[in-house]
Amino acid sequence: MEILVCVKRVPDTSENEIEVNSEGSDIERDDLVYSINEWDNYAVEEAIQIVDKVGGSVTVMAIGDDESEEIIRREMAMGANNGILLSDDAFEKSDGRGLATILKAAVDKGNYDLILTGAQSDTGAAQTGAMLAAMLDRPFASLVNLVEVQDDSTLKIGREIDGGNQEMHEIKLPCVLSIQTGINEPRYVGIRGIRKVASVEIPTMGASDLGIDSSTIGDAGAKTKTLDYFVPELGEGAEMLEGDTDEIVEKLVEILKSKGGIK
Amino acid sequence: MQIFAYIVNKDGKADDTALELALAAKKLDSDAQVTAIVAGSGIDNVCQEVSAAYNEIWKIDNAALSYPDGEIMGKILPKLLPDNAVLLLAHEYLAMDMAPGVAIRSDSAYIADITDIEGMDGTTGKFVRQEFSGMVSTHNTCDLSNGAVITVRPGVFASEEKPSVGGSVVDKSGDIEIPETNRKYLETVEAEVGDVDISTSEVLVSVGRGIEEEDNIDMVKDLAEAMGVDYSCSRPIVDAKWMEKSRQVGTSGKTVKPKIYMAMGISGAFQHLGGIKGSPFMIAINKNPKAPIFQVADIGVEGDVLDIIPDLTEKIQEIKG
Repeated sequence: MEILVCVKRVPDTSENEIEVNSEGSDIERDDLVYSINEWDNYAVEEAIQIVDKVGGSVTVMAIGDDESEEIIRREMAMGANNGILLSDDAFEKSDGRGLATILKAAVDKGNYDLILTGAQSDTGAAQTGAMLAAMLDRPFASLVNLVEVQDDSTLKIGREIDGGNQEMHEIKLPCVLSIQTGINEPRYVGIRGIRKVASVEIPTMGASDLGIDSSTIGDAGAKTKTLDYFVPELGEGAEMLEGDTDEIVEKLVEILKSKGGIK
Repeated sequence: MQIFAYIVNKDGKADDTALELALAAKKLDSDAQVTAIVAGSGIDNVCQEVSAAYNEIWKIDNAALSYPDGEIMGKILPKLLPDNAVLLLAHEYLAMDMAPGVAIRSDSAYIADITDIEGMDGTTGKFVRQEFSGMVSTHNTCDLSNGAVITVRPGVFASEEKPSVGGSVVDKSGDIEIPETNRKYLETVEAEVGDVDISTSEVLVSVGRGIEEEDNIDMVKDLAEAMGVDYSCSRPIVDAKWMEKSRQVGTSGKTVKPKIYMAMGISGAFQHLGGIKGSPFMIAINKNPKAPIFQVADIGVEGDVLDIIPDLTEKIQEIKG
């Protein structure tokens, strides 16, 4: 099975405090730790596990600048066979539709049976995979937390719905799935693995290589645009306890006792 | 502006978001005629239920729609809706399946998971969203002139208001054809029942990513034991397989309604907060002073749960002797 996984390089929210810059035009990006979008990493692991079972290859593709090469290499160190970087100034400020347009053009250059994306990324819109599927007119499922290969043309998949329930479907290949975290346990990538792929050439394609009309992408093609960033003031917020650990523990115990939290 | 709202319904009842979407539509355009779309099988009660909040209700009754399937509805809606329609949906698992595809197939704009509407400027809507797990918000514009699909975060337009619009039901069942799809719904597998039902717990010690390592989970269990209460967790803990799924609080896990909720190293993503009902007294401990959990907690501590939990456990054990 030929599998394509679309990945994104994002600020790692577990490693960073995300702050808005003084103009409110963006988040403060200096000194941020970046990594692969968490959902995408699960998608790559799933692709590798499928290929281990039924054969084929895994291609990892990212839209971004040269720095996105780093996450493509990381996923190749995990076991992905190929990497492709889609990079062009014209891609900047694309909205979800613009990003899906770029990905579709790149998908059309290959021959993929299965396309995986993360269920969502840093912007939290959960839109790219579903849009790509509609543009390709392929079946789609979101929030996928189980994939079983039935035969050459059919997968059995599970979707995570509310309350921990799971919606089961049969889906025909070729298709697009957006992958939910927790579907597998992504393997650890060691320094040695990264070294092995450090000098692999990552092919790069731009708007003209992909034959994309630049009016359909970037700022020009965006119907949805971000104006500014801010930190909302929601209500009064928590009363913050101050002091050293002993004092804080003392206060917490008092509060818990008075509220009936200690049985 | 012609605004439509897709009504999620289950077991003959409209979801809470049905009313929220009507209020969101009014906030977008107070003069708008708002139409509810109710699809399913045997849905007369749902249509009646939502008629209080909508000017018109389009009923699509078809046995093939008895289970709401995103692949089928995602192909029906673009054909059913008039040109330039604005469609609202609740941002949950059905919308995530179909809403972006509806926008592509009807060549309209898409904006996901809005948390507020600031109004219209000509044909451009101004919306608030969140990024980076709720750590920052953004103002966004969306060009609605060729129609739009907008998903609305559940709960943000919740209201005690009882509308009395009294719209009429229009049977549109004959206007649709069930499309061929290459995805077939098989069944829904119910969540496994765990050893403890946290949905009935009165006090919960809940742990998130801040616990850092699997070995530290025992620390949380020890605290819960010392307090004599139950423990639970946020999604990353279940993803890492450090606790069973039945202990996960959130929209994709259990809905809990404790009197006291201790959020230990939990940042407070909306999917997590969406699983906490009944406004419990909330104590949050987090290293990151900007974590969204501090906006909803009653008591906050900026600190490392790994330092605080063992001392807290010891202190409680001392008191109890």
